[in-house]
Amino acid sequence: MVSILIGVGAVLVLAILYMIFRIDGLVSLVKPKKEGEVDEAGNNVHAYLFLFFLVASLVVFFWYSFAHIDGYELPVASEHGKITDSLFWITMWITVGSFTIIFIGMFWFTFKYRYQKNRKAEFFADNSTLEIVWTIVPAIVLALLIFRGLAVWNDITSPASKEAEVVEVVAQQFFWSARYPGVKDQVLGHQNFKMIDAVNEFGLDLSDKNSFDDFKSGALNLPPGKEVLLKIRSRDVLHSVFLPHFRVKMDAVPGMETHFKFTVTKSTQQMRDETGNPNFNYEMACTEICGRGHFSMKFPVFVHDSVEEYEKWKAAQEPWLKQNPEYLQRVPANLREVALIKAGLPLEAAVSGQASTSPKSTQAASIN
Amino acid sequence: MATIDIHAQPAVQHHDDHEHEHHEGNFWTNYIFSQDHKVIAKQFLITGIFWALIGGVLSVLFRLQLGFPEANLEWLRPLLGGWITPEGKIDAEFYLALVTMHGTIMVFFVLTAGLSGTFSNFLIPLQIGARDMASGFMNMLSYWFFFLSSVVMFTSLFISTGPAGGGWTVYPPLSALPQAVPGSGLGMTLWLVSMALFIVSTLLGGINYITTVINMRTQGMSFTKMPLTIWAFFFTAIIGLLSFPVLFGAALLLIFDRSFGTSFFLSDIYIGGEALAHEGGSPILFQHLFWFLGHPEVYIVLLPALGITSEIIATNSRKPIFGYKAMVGSMLFIAILSFVVWAHHMFVTGMNPFLGSIFTLLTLIIAVPSAVKIFNYVTTLWKGNIVFTPAMLFSIGLVSFFLTGGITGIFLGNSAVDIQLHDTYFVVAHFHLVMGSASFFGMLAGVYHWFPKMFGRMMNDKLGYIHFWATFVGVYLVFFPLHYIGIAGFPRRYYTWTNFETFSGFTDLNMLVSVAAILTLAAQFIFLFNFIYSIFRGKLAPANPWNSTTLEWTTPRFPAHGNWPGAIPAVYRWPYDYSKPGAKEDFIPQHIPYSETPESNFKHENDQIKLEMNNGSAIVVEDKKH
Repeated sequence: MVSILIGVGAVLVLAILYMIFRIDGLVSLVKPKKEGEVDEAGNNVHAYLFLFFLVASLVVFFWYSFAHIDGYELPVASEHGKITDSLFWITMWITVGSFTIIFIGMFWFTFKYRYQKNRKAEFFADNSTLEIVWTIVPAIVLALLIFRGLAVWNDITSPASKEAEVVEVVAQQFFWSARYPGVKDQVLGHQNFKMIDAVNEFGLDLSDKNSFDDFKSGALNLPPGKEVLLKIRSRDVLHSVFLPHFRVKMDAVPGMETHFKFTVTKSTQQMRDETGNPNFNYEMACTEICGRGHFSMKFPVFVHDSVEEYEKWKAAQEPWLKQNPEYLQRVPANLREVALIKAGLPLEAAVSGQASTSPKSTQAASIN
Repeated sequence: MATIDIHAQPAVQHHDDHEHEHHEGNFWTNYIFSQDHKVIAKQFLITGIFWALIGGVLSVLFRLQLGFPEANLEWLRPLLGGWITPEGKIDAEFYLALVTMHGTIMVFFVLTAGLSGTFSNFLIPLQIGARDMASGFMNMLSYWFFFLSSVVMFTSLFISTGPAGGGWTVYPPLSALPQAVPGSGLGMTLWLVSMALFIVSTLLGGINYITTVINMRTQGMSFTKMPLTIWAFFFTAIIGLLSFPVLFGAALLLIFDRSFGTSFFLSDIYIGGEALAHEGGSPILFQHLFWFLGHPEVYIVLLPALGITSEIIATNSRKPIFGYKAMVGSMLFIAILSFVVWAHHMFVTGMNPFLGSIFTLLTLIIAVPSAVKIFNYVTTLWKGNIVFTPAMLFSIGLVSFFLTGGITGIFLGNSAVDIQLHDTYFVVAHFHLVMGSASFFGMLAGVYHWFPKMFGRMMNDKLGYIHFWATFVGVYLVFFPLHYIGIAGFPRRYYTWTNFETFSGFTDLNMLVSVAAILTLAAQFIFLFNFIYSIFRGKLAPANPWNSTTLEWTTPRFPAHGNWPGAIPAVYRWPYDYSKPGAKEDFIPQHIPYSETPESNFKHENDQIKLEMNNGSAIVVEDKKH
């Protein structure tokens, strides 16, 4: 039904267009226009249409923006996000203000100075004062925005403090995983892309003793009110970490670690209370085109109610090595005991771990 | 090829005895392998229009997916075949190919070749008073390289693995690894070959434009008397000449990485179950190289449109363009600055944040000359006597888009604000208005304005008016709402947003955008009909239909190869003597000496009369240059 209506509509529009075209052709035969003469009535139509466009577009723009912008504004939940948001809105007021003035000026002139047979345009070729003014005024306004922006940018990109909570996010087609440094040594172990296999997805280098207590998480867990340093890596192509509520965005680049530091201000629960949406969840998305599943790279984000709860959660996680004891084999012999302790494995597991290695790694190979 | 060479020489000789330009040559040398800049311009224009339609149709295809994610698109199967999934949806990988090809086609094939290629070729010799380009043969090669490049790119649309699908910016590693996306196989190879040919075409054209403007201006046509169109084409050609080779370099290195195992852009990659051997390369390096072209490219697209607009607004406001020197100065300033702002596309790519600071500073500086241009356009309208020809309507539309889209650049250029907005629909809204639609309107304005000179006939203005209003309102309806969903954080190049709670709203707004996009594309067929019909059946054009001052309107209705049957007119005054106080008419063409217009001369212009007298004899035998 809808498609029939659309079809009929299209045919009607075409017919009208053809009529206009034919009538115009016939009229010009009957009443040939004198060369160089302007049809004032026809010309006025456009002047009035521009005036109408000016009024209508501004009314719609301001009405819609004031009425609905709340629906578009994402609640902000990070310290630097509040500052960049305020800079965004300062820029908005300045630009919308100047936009409106120029827009009105332009279309008003278009309307007011429409062609009239007996009027002559003013020969106004230049005016240094005007030109200097409208070079310097935008320059000053922009300078203010730049200096404010640069100060904010420098704060955001300055090195993270030593106490910052380090979390690693690794991207691959088409999902994310997070690695935490582990509660025993609080340091992320080395990784190497050549050590990646179906199980060792981070490419954990097990000759580094800091890697023994590292643990993987299927969601990005964060503490509120504490600086977080996100270390970002990619295994294959470019991806980009986007945490919209925290105003965080940074590309994941294969072969180069990138990072972003920020402090979350609101826990997931607080956000649920504030938005009145009991199902609210923070999300992480990918914003750099990365292939077929680009649009589906969602990573859940959970902000704990307090730093203590976050620590409790961390302490409860199993180190990666404990989950995959067969990889003990990759640990150099002299570090094996440290590994067992850090990974929280019973000391006798060293033997059984070795024993269980072979079937699983063949399985891994067959997956590849 | 030999025959072409033989024809070139006599063609030039003949012009001196002012006759039978039209009779020599056959169909092939006159219309296909022509060395006449006017024919080459039309070839660029028609190819450009063809590409614009393809690019437009591609955009409507992905707008169908975004606006109506639930719709059954089974009816597209005859066109898209296997790219429609069994569920009747557009395939997710083909979606990426669609956005990639839409971008590539619109930026390079329509708004670079179609715009610069058409109007630089057509207007430079006609407006500076030259018989043809400096090298007609190179000019012809320029078109045919573009044609080859078009054939290759067009072919890539039909291969089984699909065309390139890594975004028009073709960032590696995605564009380097067929394992990552199938479009990076043969499709990407064809993309690179096509772009290499395209760059050759652009360079051949650009060298010609620059040489012609510098060397072949007619008597009296000093740089300060050149129309702003010529200034714009001149700067555009210089920017292109300096930046396109860098893209060529980047493409070459990418070809090496793809086919010969080098590691310029690749490092530490584990994909498809194996670790690749590439080590030590940097994907960021490619981005630097790409945007070193990519940003100047924005101005390569925009400056010709601004030049065309300056000309049309002055003509139809019946007023001199306000601040001629400031207009030239701001274009020069933009041209220079365009080379030092590229990394504002890369604030959050992991580039050193100190660079981010530098590029923020430089980027916001470039807003100043752009603002000056807008103020000058608005002041040109002030106290004018405005005639709304279709070309004038499109020029006003251009200024409106340039303002609307330009102002959001102030957000994006500020690195701290860009963190949130980067790669969201806010960016899409910004560049589609400021560069895409503005330049497209410049191109349409140019076609409506110079059609009488190109084809000797008029286009139907009523259809032109309908075309304008439908497109003008349509473009705003398509791109303005995108600002809002950009503020809401919607990422670009998403097949669907429903996977995310954060981005799952605003389906109605996306539907509105898609409907507007379809209607706007439909309106372009009014233009297409008008264009083709008027070439053959349009009213014959008067010599100077818009009462314009520039030299092209002193040629005959159907100028032959060589443009002027007699001597090339000399130039005595600047191109914007509209509504001069005291003058009889409201325009005085450039070739009218001051000695003939004592009633309207300013004091310093009366002093010029003596010089005109002294040069009088030299002017007549002017075209000895050839």
